[in-house]
Amino acid sequence: MALDTNWVSSWISAAAGAVAEHKGELNTLDREIGDGDHGENMDRGMRASVDALTKLPDDATPSAALRSIAMTLISTVGGASGPLYGTAFLKAAEPVGDAQAIDGEALVALLTAARDGIVSRGKAESGDKTMIDAWTPAVEAASASLAAGADPAAILAAAAEAAEKGSDATIPLVARKGRASYLGERSAGHRDPGAQSTALILRAAAETAG
Amino acid sequence: MSATVGIVFVSHSSQLAAGAVALAGQMAPSVTLLPAGGTDDDGIGTSFGKVMTAVGEADQGAGVVVVSDLGSALLTAETVLDLLPDDERARVRVVDGPFVEGGVAAAVAAETGADLEGVAAAVEGARAAWGGAEAAEAPPAEAAAPQPAGGGTRGDAGYVREVLVRNPQGLHARPAAEFVKLANTFPVKVTVNGKDAKSLLGVMSLGLTAGATATIASPDDDGEAAVDALVELIEGGFGEI
Repeated sequence: MALDTNWVSSWISAAAGAVAEHKGELNTLDREIGDGDHGENMDRGMRASVDALTKLPDDATPSAALRSIAMTLISTVGGASGPLYGTAFLKAAEPVGDAQAIDGEALVALLTAARDGIVSRGKAESGDKTMIDAWTPAVEAASASLAAGADPAAILAAAAEAAEKGSDATIPLVARKGRASYLGERSAGHRDPGAQSTALILRAAAETAG
Repeated sequence: MSATVGIVFVSHSSQLAAGAVALAGQMAPSVTLLPAGGTDDDGIGTSFGKVMTAVGEADQGAGVVVVSDLGSALLTAETVLDLLPDDERARVRVVDGPFVEGGVAAAVAAETGADLEGVAAAVEGARAAWGGAEAAEAPPAEAAAPQPAGGGTRGDAGYVREVLVRNPQGLHARPAAEFVKLANTFPVKVTVNGKDAKSLLGVMSLGLTAGATATIASPDDDGEAAVDALVELIEGGFGEI
């Protein structure tokens, strides 16, 4: 399907469904190395985002939809993921501009801006065992896929796969940012919950674009 | 009196935010101190809405300094900052520092009439004092100068006086705040046992309990009045004796 405002809505509905389905798992991951509420918080924020999107005017642009998601996540999530994902969606809206549909180049720009927004908000680097460890491989895979001439759906599929691998790769890492960093070496051996929710959200993007 | 800088305490816990406000309020009764703790339904977490509202209400015209506890409270505060209109953002400082010590230092700085940058610097200063393992190992400056009892002396270290701390609580909490407030009214450099007498955390970190000797010094030519006033304040016992 064309990556228009309807796609943004489908994506977020699917992402909300995935987060709801994996809520317990995200809570458990977070309980192991954080404060145990990541699933709860993301579920609340994603459900509120789905609601917010239904209230947009019919002619809303994709970037207006992304901004609406951003503000909803910022105001409803209640944990670090609120400002982080909120900033990601806020920044993601910028390169899309007034376009009615997101093409391959805009898609890669969107993902890159989202990742950069999270980096500037959370000041984490690759390897710190955060959601950046899913986002950065996703952005790199998306770029490579675009350069190879892939269409938006294939770009998102590549991004989702890379995010999932990135999430897997957080397991042995020692956390250097966020609540998990208080655990030091004991954070190794656990998957980062933010990287996992990133993988879920990007997988939902790929599935709804195909 | 012109408006003082307001301070917002952003915490994951509404009780923690309210407690920090109560603690800081004891030393800064005329400063607008507002809590922004917990999620919208007072669970554990931070609320963008609460922080946004508190920042708006804390601004009495001189700006607002925001202090926060665990990392995501800082992220929420910084997000609020980003989303404020430009003219309001210019009057808000989100400072990453220790929540309790930084908040109290900020409140005292605001109470003494410090401007936005001064109050923000107090939070930064608290972080430096809080990280204080190295600071604690530094030899006390009093060892450096000869200290005859009684009146002041003027030597290489400037004007120096020694005074016995007599009040039971010592130079802690409220007395320390009073001391710092008074020190801040003088436009000269003044130290107590080598620490900046204008820094609440610096003064409190000295642990000057009852019976301890405080060495107050000013290297400035016109520092005598400041040193004498601070000595008198300590001799007065802060209303505790």
